[in-house]
Amino acid sequence: MAKAKSAAKAAPAPKAGAPKAAVKKTAAKKTAASKVAPAPKKTVAKAAENEELVFTRPAALADRATHYCPGCHHGIAHRMVAELLDEMDLAGRTVAASAIGCSVFLYNYIKVDTVESPHGRAPAVATGIKRARGDKFVFTYQGDGDLASIGMAEIMHAANRGERITVVFVNNTVYGMTGGQMAPTTLIGQKTTTCPGGRCKDREGAPIRMAEIIAQLGGTAFCARGSLDSVKNIRQAKKYMRQAFEAQTKGLGFGFVELLSGCPTNWRLSPVAANKRITDEMIPYFPLGVYKELEGDATCGSLIAPGTAAGGAGEGK
Amino acid sequence: MSRIVVTEERCKGCLLCTTVCPVSIIRQSERINQQGYKVAEVGADDMGKCTGCTSCATICPDMAIEVWRTKKSKKAA
Repeated sequence: MAKAKSAAKAAPAPKAGAPKAAVKKTAAKKTAASKVAPAPKKTVAKAAENEELVFTRPAALADRATHYCPGCHHGIAHRMVAELLDEMDLAGRTVAASAIGCSVFLYNYIKVDTVESPHGRAPAVATGIKRARGDKFVFTYQGDGDLASIGMAEIMHAANRGERITVVFVNNTVYGMTGGQMAPTTLIGQKTTTCPGGRCKDREGAPIRMAEIIAQLGGTAFCARGSLDSVKNIRQAKKYMRQAFEAQTKGLGFGFVELLSGCPTNWRLSPVAANKRITDEMIPYFPLGVYKELEGDATCGSLIAPGTAAGGAGEGK
Repeated sequence: MSRIVVTEERCKGCLLCTTVCPVSIIRQSERINQQGYKVAEVGADDMGKCTGCTSCATICPDMAIEVWRTKKSKKAA
């Protein structure tokens, strides 16, 4: 069998040699032809001499199409994480704990080692990773259905213990992946598939404000809420995220950043209208800003790993 | 002259970029990409107005926009 296979493999090889040469020739012809034919491309190449690329894909973000719906803000949040990993030179020593939800395929998009956690348990998984490998940068990326409902115990206790991990919390007020059910963060009056008449405060309670809760816990070193609805807010949110990352690289304690984001599909809105809803309805209920920022250590300091105590490479930036 | 490059196969036609452009030159084209979305584009006449502010690329959820900016020192000279 093996012989036959190798023979079969060997046979086409000399044949392949001939077409290759032919391909080369045509390629040469093509380049010669392209000098004349596509005029607009030529001008582009010429202009590139004194041009600089000011915005492109960060190296830590995989070059592939995402599975997210049009207008979904996960793509922006992924890009911000990847940019910061690059800027702070952390990508080589990062382990992520991804959660359940639309962001479940995080490992396909951000080029770092990722552990897929059970629903809501990403902070617990991240705790294990960080305690075993203190020199690694560990972050979790969770949605509101994951973090604020089934994962409430894990996030509260991880924050209270002051684990040196960073949590990126994407709040879009619904369970996106499973079809738009009501989440703990669903706004009063918002219609979802499980509260078709709109969320009622008497029946389902008020939406949970996670950033405020996490800021009250002892081990939290940095806690903030940003939004992804406008360019200004996106740039501000990236600054918050950087501070949350630095809380870990400096060994101060738990870093938490909440990002208000849109879910056009489950809100039954167009992407542009969904962004407007964040501005008009979500931001008044979930105020943006820094809720906690510690200069010193959030705990007794015994958890600082020797590698991280000196801070990340990007600390000075 | 600054300019943007739209990777049309990545564009999902959400049009968030059209809402943030300070000079309003990004629009929806009539071209449909392989996934069936009408992609964003900048008309050939309008590209000269691009300021290279990167707002469109910042709000693009799909990394479909690259921004090129002319170096200032050479432009000033």
